[in-house]
Amino acid sequence: MASRPRRPGFSRRAQYGVFASYVIVLAGLIVAALLLALSTFDPRTFGVVRQATAEVTTPLSSLLGWGVRGVASIPQGVGDYFGVMARNKALRAEIAANRRMTDEAKALIRENARLKALLQLRQGATDTVVTAHLVSSSAASTRRYAVLNAGSNQGVREGQPVRGPDGLIGRVVELGFNTARVLLISDPESIVPVRRVSDGLPAIAAGRGDGLIEIRAVNLANAPFALGDAFVTSGTGGIYAPGIPVARVIKPGRDTTTARGFTQPDTLDVAIVQRTFIPLPAEPR
Amino acid sequence: MARLPRRRPRGPFDPEPETIWPSVKPAVTVMVASLLTLAPLVASFPLLPPFGLLMLLGWRLAREEALPVWSPLLLGMFDDLLSGQPLGSAMLFWTLAFIAIDLFDARLVARDFWQDWLLAAGGIAGVLLFGRLVAVPLTAHVDTLLLLQIAVSVMLYPVAALIVAWLDRERSPA
Repeated sequence: MASRPRRPGFSRRAQYGVFASYVIVLAGLIVAALLLALSTFDPRTFGVVRQATAEVTTPLSSLLGWGVRGVASIPQGVGDYFGVMARNKALRAEIAANRRMTDEAKALIRENARLKALLQLRQGATDTVVTAHLVSSSAASTRRYAVLNAGSNQGVREGQPVRGPDGLIGRVVELGFNTARVLLISDPESIVPVRRVSDGLPAIAAGRGDGLIEIRAVNLANAPFALGDAFVTSGTGGIYAPGIPVARVIKPGRDTTTARGFTQPDTLDVAIVQRTFIPLPAEPR
Repeated sequence: MARLPRRRPRGPFDPEPETIWPSVKPAVTVMVASLLTLAPLVASFPLLPPFGLLMLLGWRLAREEALPVWSPLLLGMFDDLLSGQPLGSAMLFWTLAFIAIDLFDARLVARDFWQDWLLAAGGIAGVLLFGRLVAVPLTAHVDTLLLLQIAVSVMLYPVAALIVAWLDRERSPA
């Protein structure tokens, strides 16, 4: 391919055209740099524009996701059909075995509620706002966002936690009418206050960006982390309800270590949006 | 009522009727490639190559005048709205890559495909590296994966170039 001659010919008009296009490019570059600076210092600046785009494109993703789920569920459907009798029997046995534990747990829950009422502990909300699918994600970017196909029309509000059946997924950061952008807990800018299940050691679960999660001890007291330590949300900060499973340690360490999230969000599972545990008081008018 | 003059049927040597499609085809295909990030998967690390950028570089290197020099500003903005990168990053870095290629073009007399590939590799690596620097804090553990993403994207450039050649087959038949 031969390269273009520097001048588009003897036509003044064409020469000015080339010059003008470079002037436009320079101006555009300055605008782009400003936009970039704005969106770096205040990531929510252009949320509206981005959500408007998502509003248009999410139906497409939803449709594709629906197709993928449909195809992927065929083998399981066939298996379920044949395995249902055997499973039924096994489950009946399991229910009988669990009944005693359930009764004990029920008693504990009642006692817990009574004691909390005695203490007049402020109760947070843990009820489900909506159950929806995550339909797409920022797969080409180093940020970790996913798009949920439910928005303010379905009652979702900004800041609400999103969990899957197995554990925490993230929280809503941008909101559209029928879509919401979810910051996953593996995003490098996500931070979740957690505690260790075994002894309640407080820690922070920060995303690493490569799909794993970094656990940092809050009080730097040379806290040892063992392989397999499980962490759940602590409820500190008031966004996440306490007790949602977050991550399990995959490398022993002290003070900071690496963990893997309990839930790897995908389009096949449902995501549950919960009420913010302790909502902020309404802004004074 | 005067009869309207009947239009003469197009002869074999008459020029093709002008449509807008050939002139917007490059931009539209770049935008479609940007839309590929809508694929129904929730990735836990940067998994997909920047398809929009690959197509943009493919068009630019295959055919100089396919896209005006200011077009990456708009195409990059469109990509930013979808990709999850901070708004303005693709706008800025795609345009800078375009200008860098312009500079190389002014000095090279002719390019063969290997040089195209090298230029594209430089563009892809630069855009992805700068994109990482502005998008996530330096402490994030994304660098290994980013190198992997760059490698995959560079390896995919010939595919993008093939697609561009196929899309452009009427104009420049091989």
